[in-house]
Amino acid sequence: MTEMLSGGEILIRALQDEGVDRIFGYPGGAALHIYDALFKQQRVDHILVRHEQAATHMADGYARATGNPGVVLVTSGPGATNAITGIATAYMDSIPMIVISAQVPHDVIGTDAFQETDMIGISRPIVKHSFIVRSASEIPWLVKQAFYIATTGRPGPIVIDVPKDTTDPNELFEYSYPESVSLRSYKPALKGHSGQIRKAAVAMLKAKRPVIYAGGGVVQGSADDELVKVARLTGFPITNTLMGLGSFPGDDPQFLGMLGMHGTYESNNAMHHSDLIIAVGARFDDRVTNNPAKFCPGATIIHIDIDPATISKVIPADIPIVGPAKPVLADLHASLEAEMTKHPIDQASLDEWWRRIALWRQEHGLDHDQRDRTSESGQLLPQQVIQAVYRETQGEAFVTSDVGQHQMFAAQYYRFRKGRQWINSGGLGTMGFGLPAAMGVQFAMPDATVVCITGEGSFMMNMQELSTCMQYALPIKIINLNNQALGMVKQWQDMQYSGRYSHSTYSDALPDFEQLIRSFGHHSFTANTIEELDSVVEEAFSPKLKDKLVFINANVDPDEHVYPMFVRGGSLEDMVLTKGLA
Amino acid sequence: MRRLLAVLLENEAGALSRVIGLFAQRNYNIESLTVAPTEDPTLSRLTLLTEGDDEKIEQVTKHLNRLIEVVKVNDLTDGAHIERELMLIKIRTEDKEHREEIYRTCRIFRGDVVDVTPDSYTVQLTGPTKKLFAFMRSIGETSILEVVRTGVSGIARGDKILEL
Ligand SMILES: Cc1ncc(C[n+]2csc(CCOP(=O)(O)OP(=O)(O)O)c2C)c(N)n1
Ligand SMILES: [Mg+2]
Repeated sequence: MTEMLSGGEILIRALQDEGVDRIFGYPGGAALHIYDALFKQQRVDHILVRHEQAATHMADGYARATGNPGVVLVTSGPGATNAITGIATAYMDSIPMIVISAQVPHDVIGTDAFQETDMIGISRPIVKHSFIVRSASEIPWLVKQAFYIATTGRPGPIVIDVPKDTTDPNELFEYSYPESVSLRSYKPALKGHSGQIRKAAVAMLKAKRPVIYAGGGVVQGSADDELVKVARLTGFPITNTLMGLGSFPGDDPQFLGMLGMHGTYESNNAMHHSDLIIAVGARFDDRVTNNPAKFCPGATIIHIDIDPATISKVIPADIPIVGPAKPVLADLHASLEAEMTKHPIDQASLDEWWRRIALWRQEHGLDHDQRDRTSESGQLLPQQVIQAVYRETQGEAFVTSDVGQHQMFAAQYYRFRKGRQWINSGGLGTMGFGLPAAMGVQFAMPDATVVCITGEGSFMMNMQELSTCMQYALPIKIINLNNQALGMVKQWQDMQYSGRYSHSTYSDALPDFEQLIRSFGHHSFTANTIEELDSVVEEAFSPKLKDKLVFINANVDPDEHVYPMFVRGGSLEDMVLTKGLA
Repeated sequence: MRRLLAVLLENEAGALSRVIGLFAQRNYNIESLTVAPTEDPTLSRLTLLTEGDDEKIEQVTKHLNRLIEVVKVNDLTDGAHIERELMLIKIRTEDKEHREEIYRTCRIFRGDVVDVTPDSYTVQLTGPTKKLFAFMRSIGETSILEVVRTGVSGIARGDKILEL
């Protein structure tokens, strides 16, 4: 028997058939038929947010934690435009996401109708692809394509714009969901080229000063195990980008730490002096390369990426390999094992290379225990807060962050064990991402410990979601590194504008965070000293508060800077390490 | 370097705007662009004239290929190819002698006079862009009233074709 459904019902039914169990959204006029279809079923759970931007970040966090696409539903006009920042955030970090935006009915499109906005046009540069529904009958096929495109190749966000008339409850259509999809114009690579992979293996075995440079593509491609195997087999030093953190265990001696603008001394130096770089799922972002003309002058570059357009975009690759990280790394491992029987690794050179790295580490490596450090002002240090949270959660929490100094301190001092554990907006650098992203993670993993490390500036960009947290009883732990300023901006102003703090401070205009948080029914603590920090962190993560949202307002030294920081326009070895030496 | 790209595109609403948007977004230049459906009505073919060195064209090509609706991209300037452009040009004519001169020039360039008034000729001319410019120079700037050009269309020489 064929089922007859309205367009709105077809849309929800197609999501069910795609295996979607939860969507994040906010209703409005053009979306009401769809919302009515949602009301009449139980299989897709809808999370009501307080701002559409937060819905997109929730879906994004959900996707980053699980690898499954996040789904968003918004109304036309302002609903759609509010979603834009979140779509761009997902696009920059290659996150699979489906955004269903309602649209005014076809017969008024183009008339500047109430809440009409050209969503396809506005979102064009920040989506992997987009569709506008012309008739309800094509909805199943469009939804099928959208999920296929979002999750294959280099993942990314897809917009489906749904004019209200195509969801009319009075017009019924036959429903069936396509079983498979194949597009003649879209054929993502499924494997790497075996000849190229062998070439890479041979180059690796000849290398004297190699570094593996792994990025977000390893995390999103769920290739951590394969990466670890290649690293273990070769014994090569390995660094991660901001987006790649967790793909290799952060507390392992083979790990050099993060590279780039705020990367470790040993990692940036090793990159600069290497003779072979094995880049996997990384894109030579300007926050990694510093001045491309001075980037790693003596290195041969192997570049593995799913997106051919990324290869040689910034730094020319000597051995390009197009393919998903997981199968390419598995094949590379096999190829290395085979080639090693003929050309063993140059172990003497590698040992010498590790000795140089050990020296760099010894000279200026990060100090992973700063408990006894005191700042000039005697105030709590942001690093101490991250380290306390790291200890208390035993390095096993999902950690989201916002954008600023707190983000960099988290990246440096929380040593992640696995991919997907560290969730932040690296490409777009979206303040306001942290809380809703943490909510998305918590929805996906109800029993997991989810921590949001934020700054008071970023937190205030999406704090309305505390209300959503109350509605759905989300037990997130929020760590607010409160430096009473847009700290990262202020740091740049210290370093490049002689300390002229143009619009980066607001210390006399901050809310009483304890009261604010409590007004939403959540728990809140303040920490001003290391002793207070110890006790509130312990309490926040205690079994007693396991089911509660807890906010820790850590008042930290506003004058602390993030170091190392590379010197703008320089090479990777040009770093500022402490204040006053710029 | 001048490059002529041939692009096969799904003939769908919005596909062309993605191509144009890409050029704007990535700061690539479009000198001229022609587009129409092919013998297969589900496909459109674009000929796109741009500038760039090998590296830049490689990037342009890769980014074009990344668009879901782009089926195939080929740099025609890589090999032997034919380029043609159509121009409609309205020319002010003065006296009998001038009209004859214009007419002669038109014949030399194998153009057709497609419309005539007492004071003007409208001429249709096809050929490589260079030929169109040569014709305009021969007519002289002061006599040209209006010029409409289609932009370049291109196809590879020999048996080579751009197909699915
Ligand atoms: C939406 C948005 N606006 C502006 C910026 C620029 N920006 C980067 S870091 C920063 C300061 C962040 O302040 P806070 O969240 O308090 O973090 P802190 O650096 O103090 O730790 C700003 C304004 C941004 N990244 N995102
Ligand atoms: Mg701050």
